[in-house]
Amino acid sequence: MKVKKGTSARKKQPSTFRRFFSGIPALGWLLAAFIAVLLEYYIGDPLSEALGLPKIPVLFGVVVMLKKPFLIPGAFAYVFLIYAFPIAIIAKITAPITNWLTEKVFRLPLMVSAVLHLLFLYFILHLWSDVSDYRLLMLKLTMIGIILTLSLNVINGYMGEFSCSHPGFMALGAYTASTFTVLLFVKDRLFGPALLPPGLGQFLFPVALILGGLVAAVGALTVAIPSFRTRGDYLAIISLAFMFIVKSLIENLEVVGGPRGLSSQPDWADLPTVFVWTVLCVWTINNFVESTMGKALNAVRDEESAAEAMTVNTRQTKMIAFMFGAFWAGVAGGLFAHVLRYVNPGTFGIQKLAEVLAMVYFGGLNSVFGSIVGAVSFNLLSEALRPLEIFKWIIIPVLLILVMIYRPTGLIAFRRFNVREILRPKSGTKERV
Amino acid sequence: MIFFFQNLVNALQWGSFYALIALGYSMVYSILMLFNFAHGDIFMVGAYVGFGVASGLVALVTAGFLGLPNWVILVLTIIISMFITSFVGILVERIGYRPLREAPRASAAITGLMIGIILETGNLALLGARRLSFPPLIMSETYNLGGVFVTNKKILVVVISIALMLALDQFVRKTKWGMAMRAMSYDYVVVPLMGVSINVIAPMTFAIGSGLAAAGGVLYGVAYPVLDPYMGILIGWKAFVAAILGGRGSIMGAALAGFLLGFIEIFVTTVFPSTLRDLIAFSIVLVILTFRPHGFFGRPYSARLRL
Repeated sequence: MKVKKGTSARKKQPSTFRRFFSGIPALGWLLAAFIAVLLEYYIGDPLSEALGLPKIPVLFGVVVMLKKPFLIPGAFAYVFLIYAFPIAIIAKITAPITNWLTEKVFRLPLMVSAVLHLLFLYFILHLWSDVSDYRLLMLKLTMIGIILTLSLNVINGYMGEFSCSHPGFMALGAYTASTFTVLLFVKDRLFGPALLPPGLGQFLFPVALILGGLVAAVGALTVAIPSFRTRGDYLAIISLAFMFIVKSLIENLEVVGGPRGLSSQPDWADLPTVFVWTVLCVWTINNFVESTMGKALNAVRDEESAAEAMTVNTRQTKMIAFMFGAFWAGVAGGLFAHVLRYVNPGTFGIQKLAEVLAMVYFGGLNSVFGSIVGAVSFNLLSEALRPLEIFKWIIIPVLLILVMIYRPTGLIAFRRFNVREILRPKSGTKERV
Repeated sequence: MIFFFQNLVNALQWGSFYALIALGYSMVYSILMLFNFAHGDIFMVGAYVGFGVASGLVALVTAGFLGLPNWVILVLTIIISMFITSFVGILVERIGYRPLREAPRASAAITGLMIGIILETGNLALLGARRLSFPPLIMSETYNLGGVFVTNKKILVVVISIALMLALDQFVRKTKWGMAMRAMSYDYVVVPLMGVSINVIAPMTFAIGSGLAAAGGVLYGVAYPVLDPYMGILIGWKAFVAAILGGRGSIMGAALAGFLLGFIEIFVTTVFPSTLRDLIAFSIVLVILTFRPHGFFGRPYSARLRL
């Protein structure tokens, strides 16, 4: 009881830090981040040289700090001078202007302001990742992680099943999309010469991804149909068996390279493509879980019999949720294959399963926002701790256990992802949404 | 026919590892309604502890401090490593499962998985990535029983596993502790009100399960004397499949399903190319679970409204 009182009292009076930044709209933060990234783009090299750093710290200086402890002050100074200080100051100073702008844009349909914000965000990410190839690769993998986490959250969070089949869906998508592109557009030792002119390929890449998603969705029927009769642990086993079956099946298919894997995918998964697919995924999944169907999923999770009595068609709901989640996992797999340009069946094993589950449960169940936070923080963390080598795999599990003990449903669980609330102007009177 | 019996012997040996590990999953499940996903790695820890104990004993014998025949060393190794590893099980319960008893069940599954990763990585950090070879305690001898070749190691593995399973069965049925466990598996909300503490029974269950896994680990080390930190993952997940296949919470079911999975895998590898082993084994599991969703010995649980 005491704890509750304390938190409510704190909520009434936000800290000075929070109050200082409360009047800044999303656009203001984006503008500030944009300027910070521009700063890094133009003066990053001389500044890092002046601070004694070997090159621009790629991940906010964490990697540098862990690798060479004597560079810690330099890295801190760099992060402060390039990111923290300019972002805070610019966001605060431009707040009136950005608020005014946001208000203007906000009167137009929501889609317009969403697209504007996203374009802005894309420019920021593009500039940020232009500094090094490592950043670019990490950014792409993080975005794929977001798609994966969201799609698993539909099944594990919103529908409350414990599905372990996601690496299998991913493998199906990855192999289907890769086979499509390699067979049609690349001269390869496995499939022979290209069947279509490679120039056409860039336009048909979405088709490859969608095809991968559809194959994964059809594969999901293997898990969805047994789920009519059973749930909980038995479903976990069925999905686990599905994962092993897919992995083993691909290992035995010499047509797609067997255990050696499939390589020489064309380099079409560039940043804009991955970004657009990620945005599409967030948009569709958010709409899906906010729709009647999404509420039906929650009903099935909380009490199946009651949901059925309330005219929810539980079979249809389960099937749609599984196929929908699997579709996006397949798309993520296709993107993954084309980002790394090499896949082998061993990638889609228990290791991957543990990773995806960790992202979902770290971020939070039943929450689109939580999934994004989970995927981004897990990916950043596992990249940032890379210098620790194997101790990374002690620190991350310990963190996750602590999260599970103190917040059993994840960091940001059961929170709605309200686009209107995020994009609204934050000045003066609070608008009721 | 000889072909069949030859593979039967191999399958009995292979299945007894699955059965020993599956028992641990099933017992923990019957008490807490949760699966201990660190169990495969406890098997690995058991094998390594057994390696340590066996090497230590062998060193003592060769130095002349102890005069023990090799089979006594083996028995001692099994008993000591069962005892030591059971504390690992208690630790897993204390860290990963007790704080999460009221939490959603998937959260406990995640902590179990993470403890498993910590055990693997901890092992890797302590001992390095090199593979260790288990000290050869018994010389391999092959007997020819009417065309079927049986090694003494196989007999040893099967006999010890079955003896342990029978002992567990007697323990659960005949002793007071066993009765407490059975009561707890019947209803873990009401039974604590009758003076049986779940904080005693749950760690005990983890300890017994881990002890069995450790025995499995030592026997595995005797049969296949190469240890590596990731040896527990695949065998652990497969034993988990066996535990479910047997019917959750059913001890006899888990043991039988463990043997069944061993049979399926061995016979698949002898008839088909060995790369198809997982594919066919898991397809059979999928088919069985589709038609018998609650396993072989599990209670059907269905309070579903059918409209």
